[in-house]
Amino acid sequence: MDGLTVDPTPTDWGSNDMRKRIARRYRSEKRFRAVGFAAIATSVGFLAFLLITMMSNGLAGFVETRIEVPIDFPKSSLFLDPASLKGDGARAALAAADIEGSVAEAAEARFGPGGANLVSEAAWLRVRDLIAENPALLEGKSIFSLPVSGDFDLAAKGDAPPPVEARYARLKSEGAISRGFNFGFMSGSDATDPAAVGIWGAFKGSLLTMIVTIVLAFPIGVFSALYLEEYAPRNRWTDLIEVSINNLAAVPSIIFGLLGLAVFLNFMHLPRSAPLVGGLTLALMTMPVIVIAGRNAIKSVPPSVRDAALGVGASPVQVVFHHVLPLALPGILTGTIIGMARALGETAPLLMIGMRAFIATPPGGISEPATVLPVQIFLWSDEVSHGFIEKTSAAIIVLLLFLLAMNGLAIYLRNKFERTW
Amino acid sequence: MEAPAVEGAEAAPQAPSLKMRASGVSVWYGAKKAVDNVSIDITTENVTAFIGPSGCGKSTFLRALNRMNDTIPSARTEGLIELEGEDIYGSAMDVVQLRARVGMVFQKPNPFPKSIFENVAYGPRIHGLAKDKTELEEMVERSLKRAGLWDEVKDRLTESGTALSGGQQQRLCIARAIAVDPEVILMDEPASALDPIATARIEELIHDLRGRYAIVIVTHNMQQAARVSQRTAFFHLGELIEYGETSQIFTNPRVPRTKDYITGRYG
Repeated sequence: MDGLTVDPTPTDWGSNDMRKRIARRYRSEKRFRAVGFAAIATSVGFLAFLLITMMSNGLAGFVETRIEVPIDFPKSSLFLDPASLKGDGARAALAAADIEGSVAEAAEARFGPGGANLVSEAAWLRVRDLIAENPALLEGKSIFSLPVSGDFDLAAKGDAPPPVEARYARLKSEGAISRGFNFGFMSGSDATDPAAVGIWGAFKGSLLTMIVTIVLAFPIGVFSALYLEEYAPRNRWTDLIEVSINNLAAVPSIIFGLLGLAVFLNFMHLPRSAPLVGGLTLALMTMPVIVIAGRNAIKSVPPSVRDAALGVGASPVQVVFHHVLPLALPGILTGTIIGMARALGETAPLLMIGMRAFIATPPGGISEPATVLPVQIFLWSDEVSHGFIEKTSAAIIVLLLFLLAMNGLAIYLRNKFERTW
Repeated sequence: MEAPAVEGAEAAPQAPSLKMRASGVSVWYGAKKAVDNVSIDITTENVTAFIGPSGCGKSTFLRALNRMNDTIPSARTEGLIELEGEDIYGSAMDVVQLRARVGMVFQKPNPFPKSIFENVAYGPRIHGLAKDKTELEEMVERSLKRAGLWDEVKDRLTESGTALSGGQQQRLCIARAIAVDPEVILMDEPASALDPIATARIEELIHDLRGRYAIVIVTHNMQQAARVSQRTAFFHLGELIEYGETSQIFTNPRVPRTKDYITGRYG
């Protein structure tokens, strides 16, 4: 008929051209697989490099070197009546007594001149706590296993000047040195002596900050996403809001820090360096990520489910809360994981609101001065003292474990809510 | 093509009770008129079938009957639709209650991704129809029995509704619709996604439910319309061309366009 002619020769599927085309197709298939494999191998390699470096540097940070110091309280210059350690006056009595002095004195007596420098400057705190637990210690001579100072600790790692090394070797042969898990690192806060630092303060600061962040960002983000998808009229204003939220998700984090400084500190006069302000600032940063992920998740709920619910007479709110939200939740949680992981690792905006201060006690609440893990890592990495290197790596390991735990929880929740249809 | 065999039309209505009445209904999607000035009466005694070629407005008109078109922002409805004499677009009508009274079954089976029990119990629960758990369980059982699904699922009520076969899913959707005890059930091509055996079961079910509920079914399968309905409305290009007894529409259409469609001249 018009223009349609029947091709007289049938297609030759075995021709040379065909064969070449097939060979080419197989080649490109192979090439593509090789490229993909190379990409995976590279990223796994980088990850392994990071983890191995962190582990080899950081694991030593969880170990402390202890030195045995005999202290004979009755003979020392310490004036502390065991009777005063009973009841309400105990804390005041302990605070007034010069335990630090008697520890230094005992160390000098045991190890000779400069002996006080072998013991960590925070060692007397351990002695104090032991006395508080058991006032009977004051009545006799006992041997305390105390953390060594940062400088002397380097000798344990073979990283100190020869005289110090020699001294370490001598003490070790005398059996005065032992090594063990550093519980002080898990329960303490920042300190000037690397042997005395702890991560608990920063950990608790991070925890409180994350709680403030998620408590604010999750509901606000989810409700914004729901409103924009389910209720908002489609007009110029909603378009504008959509563009703004998308841009907000891309704003550099330090700008959120400046915003937090200007609004929360200078205008609202909230406490400086507090997890409350840090959480507010990070919530601002995390919210757009949750809104965007939430809107996509809500959009991908099949309309047939909405129809079904409306069809049996569910009100719009019931449709949203009984059907749309449960089905969108896994997607929303994925977005939340990404946003929270970013917030947990964020340093810059927190520097702007003063969370980089030297904080030697764990925060008691969300309005007390605190620091967070990444800022603590930043601060320690900036220290001159050699002992901070391993502490920095140890803190990074703690941060990564925190991240892992948080993501694990979110993935668990996501799988729990995941439904198939 | 021969006119399809007509059965089920022998039940000639004696004084049918009027359930829904539409007069002069037009529906627009933006500037496009999808339904043009349709007037129709729906009774409980008769199953009403809407037939017509694709895009003729039959589904749109069906969705106007329980205001499902409200969910489409550009849709606009004019004219009067009454349920038991009440204007369903009037301010006194609550749209949520309307949709409970005028239930709907969709083209593609769409059970909730929840258990079979929850699927059926959802409607009674949100409308507070059951006083306690026992009554709710009775309602679920009654609805599933009425939908002819009870024997197949009674041992696995806690399994997901989406794990059922297509035909079972559609009967589950029908059970879900009748669980709230509606007055009218709208079915939008309920069997078009199903195999012939499942289709036959749905048709049997429609037959059983007739008289208890006013049933309106949209179908593009004329044999199906002839088998299940007593009244048939033929739509073309948004207009209601002819409405009457199913037997009369299929054997002796008055309008030439109806005849052309039924004999397969276009479609």
